[in-house]
Amino acid sequence: MSMLSISDLRGGVADTDILHGINLNVDAGEVHAIMGPNGAGKSTLSAVLMGRPGYYVSGGTVTLDGADILAMPTWQRAAAGLHLVMQYPSEVPGVSIQSVLIEALQRRGRDDDDVDALLATEAERIGFAPAFLARSLNVDMSGGEKKRNETLQLAVLQPKVAILDELDSGLDIDALRDCARRVEDLSNEGMGVVAITHYSRLLEELRPDHIHILVKGRIVASGGPELADVLERDGYAAFTGGDAGDEDASSDDASSSLDDLFRM
Amino acid sequence: MLDLKSLPLPTADEEIWRYSRIDLLQPERFTPSPARTDIVDPHGVCSTTATSSASASPDVFAALNAESMNEVRIDVPAGATLEAPIIITHHIDAGTAALPRTIVEMGRDAEATVVEQFVSAASGVALCVPVLSAHLDDAARLRYLAVNDLDTEAWQIGHQLAEQGRDTSLLLSTVTLGGYYTRARTEARALGSGSQSRQVALYFAAGDQMHDFRVIQSHEAPHTSSDLLFKGAVQDHARSVYTGLISIDENARQTSAHQTNRNLTLSEGAWAESVPNLDIRTNDVSCSHASTVGPIDAEQRFYLESRGVPPEVAERLVVLGFFDEVIDRLPRVDIVDAVRRRVVERLNIASEEVRS
Repeated sequence: MSMLSISDLRGGVADTDILHGINLNVDAGEVHAIMGPNGAGKSTLSAVLMGRPGYYVSGGTVTLDGADILAMPTWQRAAAGLHLVMQYPSEVPGVSIQSVLIEALQRRGRDDDDVDALLATEAERIGFAPAFLARSLNVDMSGGEKKRNETLQLAVLQPKVAILDELDSGLDIDALRDCARRVEDLSNEGMGVVAITHYSRLLEELRPDHIHILVKGRIVASGGPELADVLERDGYAAFTGGDAGDEDASSDDASSSLDDLFRM
Repeated sequence: MLDLKSLPLPTADEEIWRYSRIDLLQPERFTPSPARTDIVDPHGVCSTTATSSASASPDVFAALNAESMNEVRIDVPAGATLEAPIIITHHIDAGTAALPRTIVEMGRDAEATVVEQFVSAASGVALCVPVLSAHLDDAARLRYLAVNDLDTEAWQIGHQLAEQGRDTSLLLSTVTLGGYYTRARTEARALGSGSQSRQVALYFAAGDQMHDFRVIQSHEAPHTSSDLLFKGAVQDHARSVYTGLISIDENARQTSAHQTNRNLTLSEGAWAESVPNLDIRTNDVSCSHASTVGPIDAEQRFYLESRGVPPEVAERLVVLGFFDEVIDRLPRVDIVDAVRRRVVERLNIASEEVRS
């Protein structure tokens, strides 16, 4: 049995169905990339998995080591070992990273005595300036600093499975490399990874085992790293018959490069 | 002799008393009696004599207080820098009406910290009508903190007035946790050029409490500045009102004035109102005002929950973080640590109620 098992997952936001039956199995140490244009349902998938307010599930199952994730409130999903690295991490004035991680570690039954030392070590490892550790969560941080902060928390909490929602957005190449390497090290230690991304550049750093193409709320193709090469050569049309799935996508770009396709 | 029975009370029909609970006040229920007042006076600058040196009376309650002989005077000599805070604690007996008054005279270039606490000697209904009157001679620096920790059945209708000379620095701060109805009218008058003021308040009302603030930043001289930060939370069926006015006279050019009021509504049945106002009669000024009323930000809560923090703990962290911005701006006295603990206790009570 896979560590994270998503079966026929259906759901959406407000009253709009967006996911039309997602199937995905992630084993320990595997890195899966989910790629697709805007509107394909990438962020909805991450929101539904973590239980973001406003999103709903209308069918299907999600289990983590056999436990029914969808039956749990958000905090229990996290404590059970599912972690979401957010595309736009919230600014929380007056709340320190230490206070959150101490609470988070306690809920996992883990020792919280050496949070400061752990943070210092991990911050150095990903090039996160120690001065930021004294700030309120994500307050007065650039987009890149916020993503390093997300990666830092991931490394301290060491979940079973991490969902990376557009980790690469807002990151310069150095920061992307630092964050991707830390994720890769964690996956080598057994963490499963679901990297949701718009662009192929993350894949150059993260080297996924599996690539899935998400179009209109369905995974329309799955394969190994070679799938990225197919996308690069033939574009999306190979999987969609010219319809990229985006509401305002033009359908005459069958010969466009991957980059053009994902800029929609 | 104080006559509470014939007090010409205002009504909530008057704009200045809008939203207030003034119509529920029954002064005749209370027996006039001075507060029992303890004073920590490490520098020997306080005196208590049965006199009244009250001057301005912006309303009937201030006028009532002006008749009271329950006065503490603090005279800080010119040039003196008082390191340790002066701490005045008023104990209000149940059933009584207390009218304590504190007069602060800051000499030229003097510096002091004054803390005034209001506590109930016993639980039950009481009325407290305090007045602070502070005068800052040129270049004086005063940090003042009022802490209202009265019983939740008590009434407090208070006034704080500070008049600032040239190049003075004023911190006028308030923490309100207590009272059934607690109203504070606070006014900082920049009378001398170059004067600066900061007004700060933390309020947290629960149960049936109501906290009501009327705040004035009055600029009556050029090159003056004022900055206001009021942050409050209401839970259960509690209510709060903030009405702020930045007033800038014709001659107060090159002035900067800012007011920010933020309110958290922690329960469906809680209610908060925020009304910032500007009255600017000259150009060449820098002014801003911001106000918000609303529940805890859903994205902030989800963010913390997504790390594995349960909802009630996430809420506690966010509310404490919200208040820490104010706590950091209060005078650095031990009492402030106790204030933070009281805020935590109050939130814990709330989460117990949610669970039961």
